[in-house]
Amino acid sequence: MATKIFMEALSPTMEEGRLVKWLKNEGDAVKSGDVLAEVETDKAVMELAARGEGLLRKRLVNEGEAVPVGTLVGVIGAKDEDIASLVASAGPTKGSQTQDSRPQTADANATPAVAAPVAAAPAAPAVAATPAAPLTPAAQASPAANGGRTLSSPLAKRLADEKGLDLSRVSGSGPGGRIIKRDIEAAVASGSSVSRPASSVSSLKTSVDFQDLPLTLIRKTIARRLAESIGPIPTFYLTAEFDLQRASEMRAAMTAMGDDYKVSFNDIILKATATALAQHPEVNAHWLGDHIRLHNRVHLGMAVATDDGLIVPVIFDADKKRMSEIAIESKALAKKARERKLTPAEYTGSTFSVSNLGMMQIEQFTAIINPPECGILAIGAIEDKVIVAADGSLETRKRLRVTMSCDHRAIDGAVGARFLQTLRRMIENPLMLVY
Amino acid sequence: MPLITYRDALNQALREEMHKDDRVFLMGEEVGVYNGAYKVSKGLLEEFGEMRVVDTPITELGFAGVGVGAAMVGLRPVVEFMTWNFALLALDQVVNAAAKMLYMSGGQYNMPIVFRGPNGAALQLSAQHSQAWESWLAHIPGLKVVAPGTPYDAKGLLKSAIRDDNPVIVLEGEMLYNLKGEVPDEEYLIPLGKAELKREGDHCSIITSGKMVLVAMQAADTLAKEGIKIDVVDLRTIRPMDVEAITTSVKKTNRAVVLEEGWEVCGIGSQIVDYIQRDCFDHLDSPVIRVHQADTPMPYAKALEKSAKPDLAKTIAAVKKVMYIEA
Repeated sequence: MATKIFMEALSPTMEEGRLVKWLKNEGDAVKSGDVLAEVETDKAVMELAARGEGLLRKRLVNEGEAVPVGTLVGVIGAKDEDIASLVASAGPTKGSQTQDSRPQTADANATPAVAAPVAAAPAAPAVAATPAAPLTPAAQASPAANGGRTLSSPLAKRLADEKGLDLSRVSGSGPGGRIIKRDIEAAVASGSSVSRPASSVSSLKTSVDFQDLPLTLIRKTIARRLAESIGPIPTFYLTAEFDLQRASEMRAAMTAMGDDYKVSFNDIILKATATALAQHPEVNAHWLGDHIRLHNRVHLGMAVATDDGLIVPVIFDADKKRMSEIAIESKALAKKARERKLTPAEYTGSTFSVSNLGMMQIEQFTAIINPPECGILAIGAIEDKVIVAADGSLETRKRLRVTMSCDHRAIDGAVGARFLQTLRRMIENPLMLVY
Repeated sequence: MPLITYRDALNQALREEMHKDDRVFLMGEEVGVYNGAYKVSKGLLEEFGEMRVVDTPITELGFAGVGVGAAMVGLRPVVEFMTWNFALLALDQVVNAAAKMLYMSGGQYNMPIVFRGPNGAALQLSAQHSQAWESWLAHIPGLKVVAPGTPYDAKGLLKSAIRDDNPVIVLEGEMLYNLKGEVPDEEYLIPLGKAELKREGDHCSIITSGKMVLVAMQAADTLAKEGIKIDVVDLRTIRPMDVEAITTSVKKTNRAVVLEEGWEVCGIGSQIVDYIQRDCFDHLDSPVIRVHQADTPMPYAKALEKSAKPDLAKTIAAVKKVMYIEA
């Protein structure tokens, strides 16, 4: 049985390979595993190994030519085997140029009537020799011999998966070359089998902490086009004005109970933001180049100005912490930041950030996204403002302006706006924070 | 522990249950005066009298129906068929009356009846009297089917069958009646629906029941000499089947041979293979192979009969095949 030699994917990302150098000539004897050629991938020059035994009957690609992965580049077969149809199946490729029409090759026998008697007679003993030993009947059977499929028992498939083996590189000792348990065990024992390259899909993960979304075509296009327009992070800004009257009353009531119960407006905003983020994983996200990671845990970065510059310590699992815990932790982190005592673990891992310049009487501003995060919330000053109430009367209320910077590659306008709606509900009705 | 025959084990089960519960009675052809065609009911007429050990005419459908009626009014009949080949005539009562009474009466009538007798081939009884009916009977919702392969199991399963409030089919074996095995003096029951791992080994499972348990054990003995260790799963009850026992074993060994006495097409083995492919797909290292009777009426000629029956050699060959060992 002839074995087709294909251009193989020798690196996880390889789409085509350039045949640098043939190491076997047509007519050379080859064993399974022999290096047939050197192939340049997108990363390095690799070896293309034989997956069958016999003679290298045909080289279908010239040295220096690049062909897509999966292209037939040669044929291994018995000396007199008719490989004409195999060669023909390669189609009118560049390979046809390489035919050097050696007179002794059987594929020269274009007319089957002539070829049949010649090919059949010598082939018979070779075929008979194989089934004579059913224990290892088809160790040489290649995937190509089974129409490109690797035959394996379900158990072998599962074991290979668990051990990270590439089944196409394990030779099967079962009927028809079926890979069975003992072949996997032998491959593991010999360590000969090449580990399966990590596929690009495997970088997409799920865990209880996050969920990775593959990039849809539209998402890719949005990312590319908008980045061209505005820079590496195509940012847009959403500004909203929240009513802080109730939050202010709540804070006043808590402060009246004594210092133990005192929280800052910033603590209320942090708590509200974290709670809202827990409901909007689509903004609690990381842009990771080829996919978006939605985080199921909320690790809130809080920008702190220090004499050396800006640093963003993290309140981990902020949505699960009580306001009093956030108050204590944010105060401690800010102190450490100013004393330059933060450890890297304390300022990495945030999933979304908040920056507050309200204490410096900045009415509103835009903050710069801290990548790979996709959003940051800029908190302005709380001010008394006259507003038109629902009944048309004029009222003086505590008001706060926030501006959310959004990475448009991951977050669309409406998505960011919905998050701000939730945040408004939290901040304007602070009892929602205990709901 | 006393060594007694399969026949005596069944006799003990009947005697103990008849002593324990006076609603239990035995009925069938030659069960009384003649002490049973295979002497399973030996001494029972003498001990319990004609009201409880009833000789019937040769009318399988008739006395099966009498049994169903008796069960409906609260007795606990044990109906003996001289062989299950004769029980074909009674199948309307077994399938249409006994199996469905609880269901069709909306739960008003229990059906605490046992139909028992030898099943499958003996020696040179020819085509009409050498048939294994387990797949026919186990096909019917409403019936329970047990097939004990040892004296111990025969006694424990028959006692449980008599105590069960549903119709239970007990498939015995003509060639098993003389088989001796250890049976304790003290009383015991074997729950219906529970298989037993009769032999432990991690290379291949043989799943079987009834008469074929003996063949499986012989195969396990023979293969052990070649270092091949067999898990022998004796189903004991064919319906309801202990699927977990099957899949636990196959997940351990990764290979299975299903051995049954009956024919291949729509046989019990088909159902077992289905359970295996459903629950053990990723654990299988080879296709499951079935060993069964040839797809033909049982020949009378000795040599032909032998070649038609599932046997030790065929079982060993099947095990080697699923293990990819050259025979």
